[in-house]
Amino acid sequence: MFIVDYIKEVYGAVKSLLTGMNRTGYYFTHHKEIITQEYPDNKDTLVLSERFRGEVVMKHDENNEHACTGCTACELACPNATIKIITKFDVTPEGKKKKAIDTFVYHLELCTMCNLCVEACPTGAITMAQTFEHSVTDRSKLIKKLNQPGSKIREGVE
Amino acid sequence: MFEEVGTTTEGDLVINVGPQHPATHGVLHLVLTLNGETIKNVEPHLGYIHRSIEKMSESLTYRQFIYVTSRMDYLSSHINNHACALTVEKGLQIEVPARAQVIRVLMDELTRLASHQLWWGAMAMDVGALTPFFHAFREREAINEIMEETCGARLTMNYICPGGVMIDLHPNFQRKVKEFITLFKSKIDEYDEMVTGNIIFQNRMKGIGLLSKEDAISYGVSGPAARGSGVSCDIRKLYPYEIYGSLNFEEILETGGDCFARYLVRFKEMRQSLSIIEQLIDNIPEGDFQAKTKAVLKLPKGEFYSRVETARGELGVYLISEGGTTPYRVKYRSPGFSNLSALNHMSKGYKLGDLVAIMGTLDLVIPDIDR
Repeated sequence: MFIVDYIKEVYGAVKSLLTGMNRTGYYFTHHKEIITQEYPDNKDTLVLSERFRGEVVMKHDENNEHACTGCTACELACPNATIKIITKFDVTPEGKKKKAIDTFVYHLELCTMCNLCVEACPTGAITMAQTFEHSVTDRSKLIKKLNQPGSKIREGVE
Repeated sequence: MFEEVGTTTEGDLVINVGPQHPATHGVLHLVLTLNGETIKNVEPHLGYIHRSIEKMSESLTYRQFIYVTSRMDYLSSHINNHACALTVEKGLQIEVPARAQVIRVLMDELTRLASHQLWWGAMAMDVGALTPFFHAFREREAINEIMEETCGARLTMNYICPGGVMIDLHPNFQRKVKEFITLFKSKIDEYDEMVTGNIIFQNRMKGIGLLSKEDAISYGVSGPAARGSGVSCDIRKLYPYEIYGSLNFEEILETGGDCFARYLVRFKEMRQSLSIIEQLIDNIPEGDFQAKTKAVLKLPKGEFYSRVETARGELGVYLISEGGTTPYRVKYRSPGFSNLSALNHMSKGYKLGDLVAIMGTLDLVIPDIDR
């Protein structure tokens, strides 16, 4: 009986080996099923989904206007203290004081791209961008100012 | 069992596996006592990746503390988020819209499939077959792309919020999932042929790491590891949440209790997940994807508990609220921790090489154990 078991085992091993080699042969002759993309070389053709969360950016239109009222809803929604809004008071032509953002500080090094700030924003002023190559040589370069210089709040956004 | 811990007789060898060892899939540190090549004792040392997620959650609001759980069991991050959202919804008594429930379950099953695929590849790699690892990652990439398109991220999705999901499904979602189903149906047979039927693989798995039904229950083992020993413990069947009660799927049970039984349970679960996705993909109801909730969530005073079936077992979220905007205390019952506790019992008397196979079938994710 030992001999029968032994022969069965050898038969099983050869069969398993051939099954494996069959797969190897299949992929050897079917190059089109290879899906590996080599990253820096495919940069021109790389398309990321429009929902991909790369970093937080503030939307500006062609008049360099944004929709941020400085309500700090995003600052409160952020679990990591990534966002810090510094506000100032603008004087309107009628002589009234109006709250506006001075600097929208964004700490990319603290951000986990959880999307909670974008969800919390009542005016849709911030959004997620599809950039993903964030490596820099100095940590201070990761602290970003999101509102562009000279930008102001869009008319009609409360 | 306890008196043997740390006792060595002459001729025994004490070696450290980890904290940086490729077979432990993370920073797990095992202190092994060996007699020759036979394992006498296994002592896991934890704490290398402890981030105090439970304590952190006490200072985060009910919207914020959900995202942290993605960092526990990162392979089933969506299911972890689901468990937390269920607890918060239980406290707030929100009715989740039907569409959101279906989306959540669909994503749960896709996550489970992705997790099992990775496990399958890593498991085969642990016992010496490198090729399945690449095959598994190739198909897993399709799921990751679906996730990226709809949720915005590939691994730590944070797609769930209290009351539903953050954003509606992407228009391409249904088409992509159907493409994936046809692709994966042919590939899963290939997996089966390549690894399950392989005689070398079977010899390394059969009769190794026996865990009896009684021991599985007394150690609190859950998930596929316990179902391999014949313990019926699928939360989706026993305590259905969301729409699982109305779905048609089987709870896979194997009675072998060895590594091969646990392997078969996980492997067959992949087919079950696929069948759940097939049932749901054409029947996503129209409607809201999110229930209306207040901007600041406040849970009433009390204790809330909910549990879900993750890819590794039962995840329980126990939350105490004092009525404020942050939880007073959060406790996670993570599947990995309980499953690891049975490792010593399972690997005693087997050879050092078998330990890797046993750990592979437990499907340990170390951040889940350490939190």
